[in-house]
Amino acid sequence: MRSSRVAPFRANITQVMLVLFTLLLILSTLFYGKNIANNLHEVWSLVSNQADQYRSIVVWQWRASRLFSAFIIGAALGVSGAVFQSLVRNPLGSPDITGFNVGAFTGVLITIALLGNLYWFTVIGALLGGLFSALLVYLFAYRDGHSGFRLIIVGIAISATLSAFNQWLSLTVSLETALTAALWNAGSLNGMTWSRIMPISLLIILLLISAGFVNSRMKLLEMGDDSAASLGVSVNKTRLLIMLIGVSLTAVTTAITGPISFISLAAPQIARQFSESKQTSLFTSACAGALLLVSADFIAQHGWENSTLPVGLVTISLGGIYLIYLIIREGKK
Amino acid sequence: MNNNIAEITHYRYRWLLCCLALLFTIMVASLCIGAKSLSIETLYNVLLGNEQGLPQTIILEGRLPRTLNGLFVGMALGTSGALIQAITRNPLADPGILGINLGASFAVAIAIVFLGATQFNDFFAYAAVGSLLTGLLVYFIGSMGPGKVDPLKLTLAGVAIGAVFAGLSSALTLFNPMAFDQVRFWSVGSLDIRTLSVPLFIAPVVVFSCLLAMTITPSLNAFSLGESLATTLGSKPIHIQLIALIIITLLCGAATAAAGPIGFVSLMMPHIARWMVGPDQRWTIPFSFILTPCLLLTSDIIGRVLVAGELRVSIVTAFIGAPILIYLVRRKEASSL
Repeated sequence: MRSSRVAPFRANITQVMLVLFTLLLILSTLFYGKNIANNLHEVWSLVSNQADQYRSIVVWQWRASRLFSAFIIGAALGVSGAVFQSLVRNPLGSPDITGFNVGAFTGVLITIALLGNLYWFTVIGALLGGLFSALLVYLFAYRDGHSGFRLIIVGIAISATLSAFNQWLSLTVSLETALTAALWNAGSLNGMTWSRIMPISLLIILLLISAGFVNSRMKLLEMGDDSAASLGVSVNKTRLLIMLIGVSLTAVTTAITGPISFISLAAPQIARQFSESKQTSLFTSACAGALLLVSADFIAQHGWENSTLPVGLVTISLGGIYLIYLIIREGKK
Repeated sequence: MNNNIAEITHYRYRWLLCCLALLFTIMVASLCIGAKSLSIETLYNVLLGNEQGLPQTIILEGRLPRTLNGLFVGMALGTSGALIQAITRNPLADPGILGINLGASFAVAIAIVFLGATQFNDFFAYAAVGSLLTGLLVYFIGSMGPGKVDPLKLTLAGVAIGAVFAGLSSALTLFNPMAFDQVRFWSVGSLDIRTLSVPLFIAPVVVFSCLLAMTITPSLNAFSLGESLATTLGSKPIHIQLIALIIITLLCGAATAAAGPIGFVSLMMPHIARWMVGPDQRWTIPFSFILTPCLLLTSDIIGRVLVAGELRVSIVTAFIGAPILIYLVRRKEASSL
């Protein structure tokens, strides 16, 4: 009896701590820095729009747009990870299994080698390359519908071929081109201005809402194809729909930032640690993903003295360390 | 019924002989084919010591190390892949999943950036140490906690540790173009080493580990039924997992050190072995370690003759292996564990 009364209270404390942490993170992402705000008074002047032009441009044009991008992209990655892990019923499932990221890298390598390093060209190159590989995986895995296992194996095979092709490309092109492409491949939020993120964030929000709509059918599908079918879910159509949503979320985010790795893999796992139920919830995955990316980006910007790291390198290390911590903690129980 | 089992065993032995013959043929071909083709007669004479001059140099200093390297690296990759899939009970596991390749890459990146290593041969020791340490770390973290090693936890530990190492090595190399240049060549992997010392160094490790792997196959069969059933059947899951992990670490360390991180083969060959002989570890493991060198050496030969500058083995492997894997997964019902 007693434990059942205590448990929800503890969950609440975790939630409150998380909200406080998020607020602190937002404030420090916006205002931390030598020449921006040295005390609370200056922070207030920025919030009430009384600061000088230079500082308000830095905060409201550059930092706020970057913060917003981190939130929305993190949420998108978290949800797409949760969707794929549910789809293939394997905790190692992630949008990577469609080969999207590898294909996007192929597209970018070719674009940079042929047309040079221009932002919108790389976006289009990444989209075309990624969608092409996802389409290949989808077509080759289709045989009277899709089984999760076949999807994974075909995905691995196509990814392996494409990444071999990528390796060959990056050995053949000049060092400079290879290095530029590798920087893209690390994933970065540099240069996310409002004009770049706004049109795309609308698309992401639309996709997130539609993911919410198929959520209940997705849960039924997790029980197994046969049970889901007997409960009235049209299995193949639902799977296609879910896959489309998951791939689109990855596609949009990868195209604009490069592949920010590990969030889609780690966010659902981390979300599961915070929620009581065993099932993965889309909402908590989105929150975990967003929080992960925002904190990673803060570290990427301020962790090193002289340079801004690509955020993808931080997410992969940070997410990895956190996952290790979770595994160790669970082991000690 | 007995007759039936005998028939299956007979069928499997026949396959085994075919595969051994195939491996032998491919090894001979690997010694003969290349930028300068040599006849089998010349090869015979060189190996007996009757022929001097250019053919001897080509074979003894170029192709023999390369072929032996392919043989041992292939054996190591195939066996370690089959073992990892068995103990994690996950058909997607490979040395990459346990983070071992990435640990080796990280060690090589450190060696280049901080310790001034520049030669391919220098990387050998660092890669070996890196993969051994990573293997131990993954096992240590994955097996914390009372009683048993949870396959899922082991897998996640490997993915997590691998991710940290991957992030750190890119951070090291992205801001150091010289190191980036060297790592991009090392990380593609190659069988082409110009010295016999590397294959001869890893040979005892690989052979010993593969034999050890063969001795635990009956227990692995029991293990695939689930931990509690395996215990009931009289095997000790923890001991088996520990032995298997030591073998995997040794094999991956040897393979990565000798040839760089070659992925994918160790993932796909156990699947092909299972499609041939069914999910019996006593057979999938030997088939994996005979068939993997076949694929690796064939890819290496094709890479030699296809373009003038030689394509790296791991690139050809992916282009040959992936279509085979896709064909098989579409043809039959997938081989679960």
